[in-house]
Amino acid sequence: MRVTQGAFSFLPDLTDQQIKAQVEYCLRNNWAVSLEYTDDIHPRNTYWEMFGMPMFDLRDAAGVMSELSACRKTYPKHYIRVNAFDSTRGWETIRLSFLVNRPADEPGFRLRRIESEGRVQRYSIEPYATDKPAGRRY
Amino acid sequence: MNEASDRPDGGVGEQGVIALLADLDRALIGLAPVKLRIRDVAALLLVDSARKAQGLPVAAPGLNMCFTGNPGTGKTTVAMQMASILHRLGYVRKGHLVAVTRDDLVGQYIGHTAPKTREVLKRAMGGVLFIDEAYTLVRPENERDYGQEAIEILLHAMENQRDDLVVILAGYKDRMTGFFESNPGLSSRIAHHIDFPDYSGGELMQIADLMLEPMGYRFDAGARAAFAQYLQARMQQPHFANARSVRNALDRARLRHASRLFGQIAGADRDTLSTISAQDILASRVLQAAQKGVREPC
Repeated sequence: MRVTQGAFSFLPDLTDQQIKAQVEYCLRNNWAVSLEYTDDIHPRNTYWEMFGMPMFDLRDAAGVMSELSACRKTYPKHYIRVNAFDSTRGWETIRLSFLVNRPADEPGFRLRRIESEGRVQRYSIEPYATDKPAGRRY
Repeated sequence: MNEASDRPDGGVGEQGVIALLADLDRALIGLAPVKLRIRDVAALLLVDSARKAQGLPVAAPGLNMCFTGNPGTGKTTVAMQMASILHRLGYVRKGHLVAVTRDDLVGQYIGHTAPKTREVLKRAMGGVLFIDEAYTLVRPENERDYGQEAIEILLHAMENQRDDLVVILAGYKDRMTGFFESNPGLSSRIAHHIDFPDYSGGELMQIADLMLEPMGYRFDAGARAAFAQYLQARMQQPHFANARSVRNALDRARLRHASRLFGQIAGADRDTLSTISAQDILASRVLQAAQKGVREPC
């Protein structure tokens, strides 16, 4: 099942050229771009692992692209996303976030039914991949 | 701006380049070899874009440079201008300059240098990386110095990311020669070794005029003659730093000009406030020492 998280996720995967154009857009807006990766794709898993520091003071997307290729080389089968942080007073938040790498095989999510008090039925989901220990998924 | 292509084709036409070179002629006094090289580069980039239009193969020229020369010959000034020149020629995408020294590249403990250098390289991409006093990167007396690591990362980037980065090294001639001897790989990866000549007396005079203009001062006729005399005397002395010495001399002349006017500032008109006269220059220690025939460090 194809994971759809962040911007552009219902489109076909972005090419490097398109990623570069998006990063250029972020840098034009003075947003600090950073890379994050994870192999636990649960939608509530908000905080992914950072790949290096957020890149402040960048002027050109080439720096981000070289970092991205290094990240892909290190974690070829992880989910990788690009975040753009806006530090403007009042925003101070991520303005754009999109996936740039995903494993070839995405097994999807298991639906769990949980019996709660008074026969109340609750539901939760978890990725099939997280059955295996971290680092050996996908 | 064309985002899709890696390098926008020929930022300016032939006319634009001619205007650019004329700008350069106005802003920089002397420095004939430097201007000649910039002209060559500009011509090559134009020819390349014309070749591309005709479907001929085009190889991106390496534009990494090394500026050597005595103190105050304008190495840093030219490097600052080079970023905007290359941007106008369409060679670099963004045209910003990241000026760094040893401290910004070399870390303090094991494993600190590589991330630090990469960070700087990332910031400089799409523009010009200017490493001032590059010879300080190597400390031959300390074989465990981390400078070598920074150089290796730099070399790697210069080789693999030629489209993204222009590196300019600068330093004094003799020190840079030693630096390149210990790093032959670096020397061969720099296409342009440009030597900055010392300025002549006349050129220094023009530089003085160029410096005074934005400050809103001018020489009167007596001061001009006195300053020429001053330059002759100063050039004979040790530690003469070309344009930097001129700037310092002008700053001191402004000080003397100010203290001459002290006490009568209320009555001073526009002309008095902006004119440096001969006595402001002649009071200089350099000239007085020269008259006495004594050498005095300045």
